Amino acid sequence: MKKKHDFVCINCPLSCSLELTEEDGEVLEVSGADCKVGVKYAEEEFCNPRRMVSTTVKVRGGVLPLLPVVSASPVPKTMVREAVRTLAGVVMEAPVADGQVIYPDILGTGVDVISSRALDRKAADGGSSI
Amino acid sequence: MSKARKPDCVVIGAGPAGLGAALTAREAGLKDVMLIERDLELGGILPQCIHDGFGSIVFDEVLTGPQYAQRYIDRVEKAGIDIQLNTMVLEMAPDHCMTVVNSREGVVEIEPRSIILAMGCRERTRHQIMIPGYRPAGVICAGAAQRDINIDGVMPGRRVVILGSGDIGLIMARRFTLEGAEVEGVYELMDHPGGLTRNVVQCLHDYDIPLHLSHTVTFIHGRKRVEAVTVARVDENLKPIKETERLVPCDSLVLSVGLIPENELSKKAGVELDPATSGPVVDECMHTSVDGIFACGNVVSVFDLVDWVTRTAEAAGRSAAEYVLEGRKREAYIRVNPGRNVKFVVPQLVGRLDRGVDFYFRVEHPERAVRAMVLAGGEQAYSRKARMVRPPEMVHAGVEAAKGLGKARDITIEVVSDEKEA
Repeated sequence: MKKKHDFVCINCPLSCSLELTEEDGEVLEVSGADCKVGVKYAEEEFCNPRRMVSTTVKVRGGVLPLLPVVSASPVPKTMVREAVRTLAGVVMEAPVADGQVIYPDILGTGVDVISSRALDRKAADGGSSI
Repeated sequence: MSKARKPDCVVIGAGPAGLGAALTAREAGLKDVMLIERDLELGGILPQCIHDGFGSIVFDEVLTGPQYAQRYIDRVEKAGIDIQLNTMVLEMAPDHCMTVVNSREGVVEIEPRSIILAMGCRERTRHQIMIPGYRPAGVICAGAAQRDINIDGVMPGRRVVILGSGDIGLIMARRFTLEGAEVEGVYELMDHPGGLTRNVVQCLHDYDIPLHLSHTVTFIHGRKRVEAVTVARVDENLKPIKETERLVPCDSLVLSVGLIPENELSKKAGVELDPATSGPVVDECMHTSVDGIFACGNVVSVFDLVDWVTRTAEAAGRSAAEYVLEGRKREAYIRVNPGRNVKFVVPQLVGRLDRGVDFYFRVEHPERAVRAMVLAGGEQAYSRKARMVRPPEMVHAGVEAAKGLGKARDITIEVVSDEKEA
């Protein structure tokens, strides 16, 4: 049975309204795109939509209580919430380096979650003088 | 600290603008560059922007806010720049004398040879949009909520209504949801979203958060804490329609209703401001109306991309170095006029024509199939096709050195219809 799905292309400000027609999971046609980027986008959004995951994890002994983390590449869209929930339980010990792996292979996706900044250990020092 | 220090350059603010400006000024040969930041670390607002989407122009890759900041922080910390954290500039005079305070040395006078303004912008608040009602806790700006959640680890609310669909509001709708809060909806006064389409799709559609266009909040309920807001549809004159009012129970109202360049210090130094941008009038070297005071980034005009902030910072840093090292003064000016469907242009003035000029402008209304044109003395100096221009997006026009600008007395930037070729 043929089915239609609507998407809005996010690749440029034109924001084309796309209509994808499929039959039993097989893409038959994409209409409404002004360029081929839109066609590819609709196909990906239908077959395997992926998103980056960005959230924070707790840090002990750091200059700040939280460390921002990001997936090294996009993960399946349906797994984003679960990934954020999983990362909510992580506690790191400062210092943390920029790009350090915080959670390898999140939810078996093969994608590592890494720190997106360096975070120093808290010190008593006040800093240099003017 | 008894004797006033006299650095080559003081940069005020260490967000993306200040970091880029300090680094460029140092690399352009200034030995004594001081970077003043009131927060406890470098980076400005970027460290709280944990989502990705930064750097596509400067680095040709997509980074998170902290990652973008880290690239500059790593370089600034190794560049031999005098970094002053937890430090606030209190006063600044046209002769560059400034009064600075921190808890280590108290109040200190500094007399820099040049100054770069990089204070960024601040959020518009409830008072600036005049929402009627009580004054309970729980009315918060989107950027402040972002800081609570992403830096301090505090949840400002559990059931949230968002007013305004600027990018920060959209990003925070997703963030609140992922952190377990319920976002009842995003309400937008205009009939189109204020933020980028990609954010409407990725932040609202992905999480089934409704976007109510042509709506606003007409009353805030609750004596101590927000208990509910009244929302209503607006007519074509943006006036609320009484019959459409609806009560929405919530514990927080998050505002994403615009940003204003932060120019309190600029005013004290007598820097001329442009009413259209709310920022300093600058030339293509990012020189303000006061000799030796430069400005860059969101203090000049609110940019949509951090990459443009960095580009203006590099121009300001280079120019401050030339001013100090070569004694280069501001020159006779050509005025830049906003033409058809152009709201404002940065820079507002052009002096030197021996190298390229980057113009940044916003359009007044959305338009399809257009050409962005730069006319110098009536002659075309630049023309680029665009399939779509929208007010939330800054349009960039990079005009090459002296090309067509040579003898011009005035420059006009305009957007014209390009239907034939569309």
